[in-house]
Amino acid sequence: MLIDILITSLINGSTYALLAIGFSLIFGVARIVNIAHTAFYMVAAYCIYFTTYRLGFNPLSAMITGIVFVSILGLIVYKIFIAPIREHEQAVLIGTIALAIALQEIMMLIFTGDYLSVPALIKGYATILGVKVFYQQLITFASVLVVLGLMRLFLMHTKLGLAIRATAQDREVANLMGMNESRVAMMAVVISVGLAGATGAIIVPLTTVEPFMWSHPLIMMMAVVVLGGMGSIKGSFYAAFILGFAEAMVVFLIPSGAFLKGAVALSIMILVLVVRPTGLFGVQFEEEG
Amino acid sequence: MKKVRLLLVAGLVGMLALTIGVPAWGADTIKIGVIGPMQFVQGKGHWNGAIMAEEEINAKGGVKVGKKMMKIELVKADSNEFLNVTDATNAMELLMTRDKVDFVVGGFRTEAVLAMQDIAMEYQKIFIGCGAAHPELCTRVAQDYDTYKYFFRGTPFNSAFLVRTSFLHLKFVGDILKKELGLEKVKVAVVAEKAMWADPMVAATEGFLPKIGMESVGVWRPSPVATDVTAELSAIQRAGAQMIFTIFSSSVGIPFARQGGELKIPAVQVGINVEGQKDGFWEATQGMGEYILTMNTYCRGVEYNELTAPFVETYYKRFGETPTYTADTYSAIKAIVATIEETGSLDADELVKAMEVSERKVASGIVKYMKDEQGRHLHDLTWGPGYLTSLAIQWIDGKPVGVWPNKWVAAPGAPEITYKGIQDYKIPPWVIQAYKK
Repeated sequence: MLIDILITSLINGSTYALLAIGFSLIFGVARIVNIAHTAFYMVAAYCIYFTTYRLGFNPLSAMITGIVFVSILGLIVYKIFIAPIREHEQAVLIGTIALAIALQEIMMLIFTGDYLSVPALIKGYATILGVKVFYQQLITFASVLVVLGLMRLFLMHTKLGLAIRATAQDREVANLMGMNESRVAMMAVVISVGLAGATGAIIVPLTTVEPFMWSHPLIMMMAVVVLGGMGSIKGSFYAAFILGFAEAMVVFLIPSGAFLKGAVALSIMILVLVVRPTGLFGVQFEEEG
Repeated sequence: MKKVRLLLVAGLVGMLALTIGVPAWGADTIKIGVIGPMQFVQGKGHWNGAIMAEEEINAKGGVKVGKKMMKIELVKADSNEFLNVTDATNAMELLMTRDKVDFVVGGFRTEAVLAMQDIAMEYQKIFIGCGAAHPELCTRVAQDYDTYKYFFRGTPFNSAFLVRTSFLHLKFVGDILKKELGLEKVKVAVVAEKAMWADPMVAATEGFLPKIGMESVGVWRPSPVATDVTAELSAIQRAGAQMIFTIFSSSVGIPFARQGGELKIPAVQVGINVEGQKDGFWEATQGMGEYILTMNTYCRGVEYNELTAPFVETYYKRFGETPTYTADTYSAIKAIVATIEETGSLDADELVKAMEVSERKVASGIVKYMKDEQGRHLHDLTWGPGYLTSLAIQWIDGKPVGVWPNKWVAAPGAPEITYKGIQDYKIPPWVIQAYKK
């Protein structure tokens, strides 16, 4: 059973990690709490469904189209909707909630509330130490590692990455040093929303496409980000696997309480916060990093 | 000049008030409100069934009320009840006050229908529920007849009978597994979404399984909206289950069937999976929902009586899909119309009395309203052979196939029941491979 729990934790955790990394990035750089982050993931899922079944795209082209579409949508939304109110954090918070609901309603109008699905990139499953794991889940796990690696390369070895890190540390000083803080924030938003789209593209074959598919991942993603430390990508990565492990434990050890898996994960988050209010890798880590 | 203007304004206001605020006295139409979650399959079923009934009735000239012929006019109301019960009560209130409907059919979620029921009763309008299964809706009729007598259950039969029917399906498949695979005692995993309606079913299952020679290996209660159940499926496989008794009315039915089929979990899925009742299930599960069995009301090719095929096939031609049980608004409207024509009246009290004693053949069997043990009117549907039994369908090659009742003997000495078009149940090949001795 331990093997089952460990493998399930890694799979669950990688989904949450993919979502949380993008969310952390945008918060760390632009201090934007984008509640609509998972709504972009939902839009990407619908985009993939639409291009696959209505336009006849192959799964890979559909995924790429979905990511590009959502990134452009994120850019437009940022320019028109978020940028003018960016300095007012509460307004951004409430505004992005409204945006998420608006996107949900638009999808509902176009596609109705029917449950839809899209095919996996690679169908079937592998048996690892006696546990059946979908190939798509293995792709998700690998994607987390690849995304993290690319993020590290990008942040540490590119000019824009340097600007993003500088802005994350101190916006005003970065501005004084000649960095266009607003442009950096915009790029961070595009990358973040693109990551949400990528997450949607990778995970959508494992889930059901419907207008409310953004709300549950949102709660778990927020929990991961808060547990890991707001704005810390490394923290999000660890926290995702901790919560994934908690969920797997509940399902295997208390089967009749499987519905509590989310609640248990959130309780762990609260417990950690009581002991360490900044999360596992909060402000201190960011300042050191 | 000022006086003339004042009179003009007063006249216009008066006309407006008459137009929107006063019922159409002596109107030639009977207004029927169709209420349901119109953005979802359930609401679409409500509306489509009602449209079919309206078209058929009006094509024949309408409804004969005494000596007068009246047309049917439908009023669509989106209850949005999956998301917000208040939206449902507002929609019902509007049907009563703004649209001034004469009858209402529809409703789906018990929580919403209970609230909508109160509003319809307040206005003394006949409301035929076509979606919610909770017994409370009809218990209210027995307990407070004067208030709730205008409510009737149209579909499905109440949850106590749903439990009984799904246990029959469980035993039916369990017997096949024992016979075909040589299993002595079938191991069953009970998987029920965490919802109020499923709680009594789970409790009853624990007591029922040993009585039919089956053994429970555990109960799993995923969230109704879970999108990933691979952990649950792995745990069920580890527990050695050969059957999975599913109790799902929400979206979790899709990932459970899809992931169970894709992972080839060696256990057959039997029970209630509302998502599996819809034509879109095959696409939603990417074809991985093959072999799952679920209770259902209609299946193309299966006939309860001579009314079934014309209803199902006309519906299919008109809307491109098999009717789900909420499309029984068709039968509900037909029943209202038949009662109006029999009594020659539109008076709700008169119609209630006539409906209580009627026994009407519909596309899914025979509708007869029950009384409780104390002889009080329940306005609930009678279940059982000769009345309403529903079907079990199994997904085979991308299509739902009727598999139950198949030589069903309801009581010792009773005749076998097999509806026309029923086929044999098929065990998934990977389950045969796992257990065949």
